[in-house]
Amino acid sequence: MPNRVHHAKFFSALPCPLLLLLRTKAVQSRGFPPGAFSARTPSPLILLCLFATLFFPFFSAQVEGQSSLSAGVAAVSGSQAAPEAVAAGGSAVGEESSAQGEMAQTAAIATQPAPPVVEGVTASDTRSDEGGSITVRWMEPENAKELGLKYQVLRTDKPDGEYTTVGEAGAGEQECVDRGLIDGQAYYYKVRSALGAGFADSEPTQAAFSKGNWFRFYRLNALVLLVVFSSAVLYYITRARKAKPIYIRKIAGLDAVDEAVGRATEMGKKMLYIPGIMSVDEIQTIASLAILGHVAKLSATYNADLEVPNKDPLTFAAARETVKEAYLEAGRPDLFREEMVNYVTYDQFAYTASVTGKMVRERPATNFLIGSFYAESLLLAETGQSIGAIQISGTAEVAQLPFFVVACDYTLIGEELYAASAYLSREPVLLGSIKGQDITKFLLIVALGLGVVLESIGIKFMTTAFRMR
Amino acid sequence: MKRQIPLLLTFLAGAIPTIAFFVPQKHVGLVSTTLDSWLIIVAGFALLLGVVNVVQMNTNKIKRQASGWPYAIVLLAGLAIMGFFGVAGAFDKFGGIATRPDGSSTPFDWLYKYGFLPLQGTMFALLAFFMASASYRAFRARNTEATILLIAALLVMFGRIPFGEMVSKWFPLATEWIMGKPNMAAQRGIMIGAALGAASMALRVILGIERSYLGLGKGE
Repeated sequence: MPNRVHHAKFFSALPCPLLLLLRTKAVQSRGFPPGAFSARTPSPLILLCLFATLFFPFFSAQVEGQSSLSAGVAAVSGSQAAPEAVAAGGSAVGEESSAQGEMAQTAAIATQPAPPVVEGVTASDTRSDEGGSITVRWMEPENAKELGLKYQVLRTDKPDGEYTTVGEAGAGEQECVDRGLIDGQAYYYKVRSALGAGFADSEPTQAAFSKGNWFRFYRLNALVLLVVFSSAVLYYITRARKAKPIYIRKIAGLDAVDEAVGRATEMGKKMLYIPGIMSVDEIQTIASLAILGHVAKLSATYNADLEVPNKDPLTFAAARETVKEAYLEAGRPDLFREEMVNYVTYDQFAYTASVTGKMVRERPATNFLIGSFYAESLLLAETGQSIGAIQISGTAEVAQLPFFVVACDYTLIGEELYAASAYLSREPVLLGSIKGQDITKFLLIVALGLGVVLESIGIKFMTTAFRMR
Repeated sequence: MKRQIPLLLTFLAGAIPTIAFFVPQKHVGLVSTTLDSWLIIVAGFALLLGVVNVVQMNTNKIKRQASGWPYAIVLLAGLAIMGFFGVAGAFDKFGGIATRPDGSSTPFDWLYKYGFLPLQGTMFALLAFFMASASYRAFRARNTEATILLIAALLVMFGRIPFGEMVSKWFPLATEWIMGKPNMAAQRGIMIGAALGAASMALRVILGIERSYLGLGKGE
């Protein structure tokens, strides 16, 4: 900041020696009209220099704030500071000039307009939060931005108590959230407008209380969508219960499950079921376990050899129960062996190495790669492809889908993975939920189309209505 | 009871975070975060179960001298050595599990840096070769769709390398258009469908309609 003050002083004093130079005969002799630089009759050039002398300090004060303003005013008072600086050989530095600067600074503060008092200050509980905060709002004065006004939010917990600063805001802002408060306690606020060293306080607000709310209103759109979606799903589930037939399109990958299990049985070889690498808190893993139940039941029925290597310990525990129950339901609990569902490791690539090694050594007839996969997807699928196994894959990870499409015989793409359990079981109740999901999808497609049209004609309603916070 | 308790727990575990998403009350949020903490604790115990399973499986394999049993010895040795230095390091023996203050490696750190990481890197590096073989198979122009895929892939690859830009400034632009428009549109379509599918599945699970993941047979 001292450098900035120095620069401001220097530039504000600069036009003065320039004027002096222009007034010399040497300059006049270069073709300027006689008397052009006479002290009595100021020429346009002199007026320009004067204007610059006057204007620059004001401008620098706006930019640099109080310090440079004071320096600038030293030049505005012109007849005081600047002539002395010129007399000292163009240098603005010196005891006399600093004394003049200080005087000018005082003068600047005295001449600076007082900041406007902020009006319309209100304080109320912050909406949609868990409590402990109050939002203070105010109306911004008209010229706040031009003045570079700053605000301080002051708080006290007694009507006649001492106010302390709890927040700050700049020009253009009209609210401030005060956090860390005690719910139910009264708080009073003032907003202080500050301009340089001057400030003005607003009237104190009425007592404001913070409290916890019961709903996040900014998530109302999500709730509406949830209600519409759930209603559609539940309606079609109820309809399905009334035994009204529901059509569901053929999914080749799921139709091939029976064929894949049959192939392994005929060849007398193993089936590998890889339920992804994520835990059971991932919905793709849940969907995969549902398909595993179906595959295990078929495996029990045909007496095929099934192996489920796991990367996640929770998935391992859930997969073991799923397979065990499936064998029980198929009426062949005697065929279930603990080692069918085994744990390998928690490391992604160590797991991949183990499973690909197993593929190469034991050459399973069928590989199921269904669930959430990442970088290991192609390593697994391509190794399976190289050993000639029939491969059925499924994932909702968009980045991994191309790898599965290239390396596997059948791929369940995105939503097909979630529809699999309904499709395989043919249970009307589950099929009903798929129908409800499709209705919501149709509504979303309509909303998307409408959004494109509205956005194209400049109406932003759809984009704001679907924005999530 | 065997059916009802898991279904009730599933309902609560699914419904509470959903409520916490909309209701900003402290106690609701606290229950939701507590459930998350419980998941971590359960996962810790499940990991122990996994380690026991690994030991049992591989010990049996060695006993029976089943196919690939020497690999089981390597696996168990790796588990024992890393496990020993890891547990000992946790009790501040051998200087812990990270590097020592003087920059030298503790035994666990040394095994991790010079044994585990190179092996992991090797597996990941194999991806380049698999990608090449998969691309070769995918980009054969067998029919119209495959030919379109081939042309699009060539344009994208050419537009992503400096040589492509040197030949013509249109290659990077074509790449950008293919990736930003048709590719992005297809990806978003899949993502929207998958998101709805996931929501539908979650609803079925929370309401107990989908039970096959619990090994409880068909939905009711």
